[in-house]
Amino acid sequence: MEKLIYLDNAATTRTAPEVVEAMLPYFTEKYGNPSSVYGFASANKEVITQQREKIAEVLGAKTDEIYFTAGGTESDNWALTATAEAYVSKGKHIITSRIEHHAILHTCEYLEKRGYEVTYLDVDENGLVDPNAVEAAIRPDTILISIMFANNEIGTIQPIREIGTIAREHGVLFHTDAVQAFAQVPINVDEYNIDMLSASGHKLNGPKGIGFLYIRKGVKIRSFIHGGAQERKRRAGTENVPGIVGLGKAVELAAATMAERAEKETKLRDYMIGRIENEIPYCRLNGDRKKRLPNNINFSFRFIEGEGMLISLDLKGICASSGSACTSGSLDPSHVLLAIGLPHEIAHGSLRMTLGADTTREDIDYTVDCLKEIVADIRNMSPLYEDFLKKQRK
Amino acid sequence: MYTEKVMDHFQHPRNVGEIENASGVGTVGNAKCGDIMRIYLDIDENQIIRDVKFKTFGCGAAIATSSMATELVKGKNIQEAMQVTNKAVMEALDGLPPVKVHCSLLAEEAIHAALWDYAEKNGIKIEGLEKPKSDIHEGEEEEEEEY
Repeated sequence: MEKLIYLDNAATTRTAPEVVEAMLPYFTEKYGNPSSVYGFASANKEVITQQREKIAEVLGAKTDEIYFTAGGTESDNWALTATAEAYVSKGKHIITSRIEHHAILHTCEYLEKRGYEVTYLDVDENGLVDPNAVEAAIRPDTILISIMFANNEIGTIQPIREIGTIAREHGVLFHTDAVQAFAQVPINVDEYNIDMLSASGHKLNGPKGIGFLYIRKGVKIRSFIHGGAQERKRRAGTENVPGIVGLGKAVELAAATMAERAEKETKLRDYMIGRIENEIPYCRLNGDRKKRLPNNINFSFRFIEGEGMLISLDLKGICASSGSACTSGSLDPSHVLLAIGLPHEIAHGSLRMTLGADTTREDIDYTVDCLKEIVADIRNMSPLYEDFLKKQRK
Repeated sequence: MYTEKVMDHFQHPRNVGEIENASGVGTVGNAKCGDIMRIYLDIDENQIIRDVKFKTFGCGAAIATSSMATELVKGKNIQEAMQVTNKAVMEALDGLPPVKVHCSLLAEEAIHAALWDYAEKNGIKIEGLEKPKSDIHEGEEEEEEEY
C-alpha cells in the first residue's frame, strides 16, 4: 500500500485490532440472542452487562444508566426528542449553542416545527459558550440545556462543569454531546452535573454503528424505539452484541491509555500548530488554543478554498477535512466557522486535521511540508491573492 | 468523484496567470459562495484570441473548468469563443459531478465577462453577448426543504 497519513480521526478512527478480535466470536460462535432462555444465548446478556459496567465506570455512572444505541446521532436525537416529549408539561423551551453538530441542530429544528422554542447561544471567537449566557437564557419553561462537550470541527472544549452547575441550580436537565470528547478527556457525570451524555464507538477506535446514551437515574425519558424489553424497554431491538463488545473493548483501551495519549497528542498538536503558524503566512488557528481537544488542529488559509487543498493533500496520501462549502454540497461554509465570526471567504479556506494514536512526528513534518507547497500553489492561482498583493504594493 | 481530465486540469492547470494591459478582463462569482473566476484575454486586431490567462478562487472543479475554458478559447476568434458554453467545457472534461455544474457556468460567464470588457473598451458589439451578471448564483433554485 502507498503511504497513507490519516489525519481525519474526528471523522472516524481505525478499529483497533484488539477490538475486532474481541468482536469476532460474537458473529460465528456466540451468536445467540441475549433474550433467549437457554444458556448458550443468555450468557450474552451477562456479556452486555459487563460492557455497560466498563463504560459506566469510566464516566462515574451507574451500570443501568448506560443505554446502547446505534451511535452518536441516534443518542442526540433520542436525548432531545424524548426529553421534549416527557417534559412537555413543564414547558417547551430548549437551550443549545450555534456550534452543535447537525444531529442536535436539525433535531432542534424538527422540534421547533412542532411548537418548541429553541435558544441558540452565540459563542466567542474561539468557539466558547459563556456560562452566564446559559444562565441568562433559562426561563421557567426551559426543559433542557444541550451543549456539546467539545466541538468536532475546531476542537474547543466547553466549560461543561460550570454549565452543568448552573443547570442543576435551576433544576433544568443538562445533556452534552460528548462524541468527540468521550475517552479523549476525563469526564465524570456527577462532578459535571451531566444528566445525559451521547457518545459513539467509532470515534475511539471502536466499531461503527454502535454508541450509547447515558441517562441519569430519575430523568423521565420516553422510549425511543418501541418493541421488546431490551435496554429497559427504552430502546427496543435485539442487541448488537458484537458492536457492544467492540465498544466495551474500545472504551477499556481508550480509558487505559487516555492520559498518555492526550500528552503525546497535545505535544504533536502544538508542534504542528507552531510549524504552520511560523511557516505559512496569512493563516489563522480556529478554536481555543488551550481549551482544545488534544488531537484537533483547524486552520483557515486566506485567499484559497478548502476543497483544492484536500484533493492536493489526498494526492500526497494525506487525509484531512475542510469546512468549505464545496465539500458539503451547499453554498455555505461550516456553521461553526461562521459562528466564531469568520467571513465566508475565510471559512471556505479551512482545513481540519485530527491526530490519532498512531500519528508520528514524521507524519506531521511530511504533512506541513506538503501543505506549504500546496497553499502556495493554490494561492498563485487565486484572484483574491492577486488583488491582495496589488493592494500591498500600493 | 472527478474524472481523469478534471484531475489533470486541477493538478496541471493551463494558462494560469495575468496579462498586463489585457484586451479584456472579466471577474465573476463571489467569495461568499466560495468561487471567483477571473479571465484575461489578449485579442489581436483580427479579433483572434492570441492569449488567455486565468486566476480562480474555488474548488478543484472550479480550477479545472477555468483551465479547460481557457484552452477552448485560445486561438479562436471572438465569435467562436462565444460558442464555448458551459456544456462544451463540461464535455471536454468528460463531465462534472452534479453539485459542480455551477463551476462550468461560472467559466462560461467569466469568458463572456472578459469579452464584454473587450467590446466595451473597443466600442463594438458582439452578437449574442449580454452584460455579465454580477453574481452567478442569482436565481439558483432554493435548497430542498427536509422533513
